[in-house]
Formats: sequence, C-alpha cells, structure tokens
Amino acid sequence: MSALQHFLAMGGYAAYVWPAYAVFFIVLIADTLAPRLRRRRVLAELRARLARQNARQERKPLSTPASP
Amino acid sequence: MSDWIPLWLHKLGSPPTFYRFAGVLQPWAMALALLLGAVALYGGLVLAPADYQQGDAYRIIFIHVPSAWMSMFIYAVMGVASFVALVWRIKLAEVVAMESAPIGAAFTFITLVTGSLWGKPMWGTWWTWDARLTSELVLLFLFLGVIGLYHAFEDRRQGARAAAFLAIIGIINVPIVHFSVNWWNTLHQGSTVNVFGQSKISAAMLWPLLTMTLATKFYYAASLFRRARTDLLALEGGKDWVRKIAEDEADR
Repeated sequence: MSALQHFLAMGGYAAYVWPAYAVFFIVLIADTLAPRLRRRRVLAELRARLARQNARQERKPLSTPASP
Repeated sequence: MSDWIPLWLHKLGSPPTFYRFAGVLQPWAMALALLLGAVALYGGLVLAPADYQQGDAYRIIFIHVPSAWMSMFIYAVMGVASFVALVWRIKLAEVVAMESAPIGAAFTFITLVTGSLWGKPMWGTWWTWDARLTSELVLLFLFLGVIGLYHAFEDRRQGARAAAFLAIIGIINVPIVHFSVNWWNTLHQGSTVNVFGQSKISAAMLWPLLTMTLATKFYYAASLFRRARTDLLALEGGKDWVRKIAEDEADR
C-alpha cells in the first residue's frame, strides 16, 4: 500500500474521519460565502432605491401642471 | 456616556469607523486562520501518531474539540455583547451579538456532527441522551432561537433587543456544557486538556489541537468582521457613508 493510500485509509476509520473534516469545511465555507452574497444584495437594493429616488426627483418639474 | 471610557473606544463604536477598522483587520484575521489551520491539519493528520486505543479515529479531535470550545466561547461573546446592547443601547453591540449567533450555530452544528461521527466507531452509537451531548444540543437550539427571534420582528433593533434578552438567559447553559462531564455520569470522555496543570495528552497531539484552536479564534474574528460590516450597511442604508460605498462599488 502506498503512503498516500495508507494516509487516506486512516487505519480503517476513513468513513468517519473524512466526513467529519468535510462537514467542518463545508459549514465554514458556507458561513464565509453567506455574508458576501448578502452584501452584494444589500448594496444592489440600495442602488435601486437611490435610482428610483433620483428618477422621481427628475420627473417632478414635468408632472406639475403648467399654469393656464 | 461616562468619561472613563476612552475616546477611541467611543469612535470605534460608530458604524463608519468600525466598518473601516473591521475592513482592515478582516483579511489579516482570515489569512492567519488559514495559515494556522493548514499547519494544524498537517500536524494533526500527518505528524501526530495514531492513538494506542482509538487508532486513527481520534484524529477527529483536531476539529471536534476546537469547534466545541468555539461554540461556548462565541456564546459567551454573544451574551456579553447582548448585555452591553441592552444596558447601553449601543448599536454596534447589537450587531456583534446578532452576527455572532450564526457563526456560533455553525460551530455547534460541526461539534455535534463530528462528535457523532466519532461516537459511532468508538462508543457504537451515533447519539445518546447524556448530559454533555444534550446540553450541547440545547446550545444549538439557543443559537437558533436567538437567530429566529431576531428575524421575527419587523423592526431590526427591536428584534435585536428581544433576542439579546434570550441570549443573556441562555448563558446559564454554557457552564452546564462545560461541567457536564464532571457533574453527571456520561459516555463522553472527561477533559484531557487542562489550562491549569498537566494535560493528559501527548505533546505531538496537543500542539496541533491548540494551533487549530487559535485558527478557529481568528476565523471567528474574520467571519464576525465580515458579517458585521454587511449588517452595518443594511442597518445604515439611508446614511451618506453607506450611499457612497454603494455608488463606489457600482463602478467596479
């Protein structure tokens, strides 16, 4: 058995050791990605809100009826 | 506020200052976490010898025990920040408390799953309702309760105050988790690492364990900074400094 195979076999406990490490990394990677995605969403929503506000302000002078 | 608090601490509590401060520290904390984590994994999985009783299965210790320590440590931080938030009404303390909860829940979940994966080959069972395992499960429910209560309110700050109250009450569970192996008969082994006095573990296994503990501390700092920054942007959406960040990042 090669050294790598020996390492991966974990003395017969591979089915327990490697899933444990997989859970550790998957959960922490998810914890790292979640705030990044949220940040992108928060800033996009804010920009959309600002764009709407600007559009409303530009429309205002036109929407007031002209004096007869 | 009282004058015994230094001015720089006041300033650090202001959202735009903390946002910049956390932004500077966050990549360093993450780099240290990755570096120490890699060293600890090499030491734990490759260099450390197999256990004379548990063979290679014991190697789960290098993630299980640091995660368990983090679950209690993060709960304590959340409890203290909640107390500060309720007494002094500091917005940043609310953010720290509420953004610690998901990280704490993540570490508690890791602790329970890796413990289960360790228990099956060593004890012959995935789960048993003994004191240590049950109190750790209650810790997970407390974290989830804080997260749920926080999001149950329309008003974010009102939700934070309600959840902070729950977090403070739940602190009682932290010493119960810690001392459960001494107070009750349990399947879970007692503590082998001792802060005061001799640890009952060989040095070749101890140093990767402590290095991973340090790595998870830095990871928590990095994750908390990242989450707090995002949360401050959401909370302060109407303010000029946030507007500027939103516009700056649109160009990219």
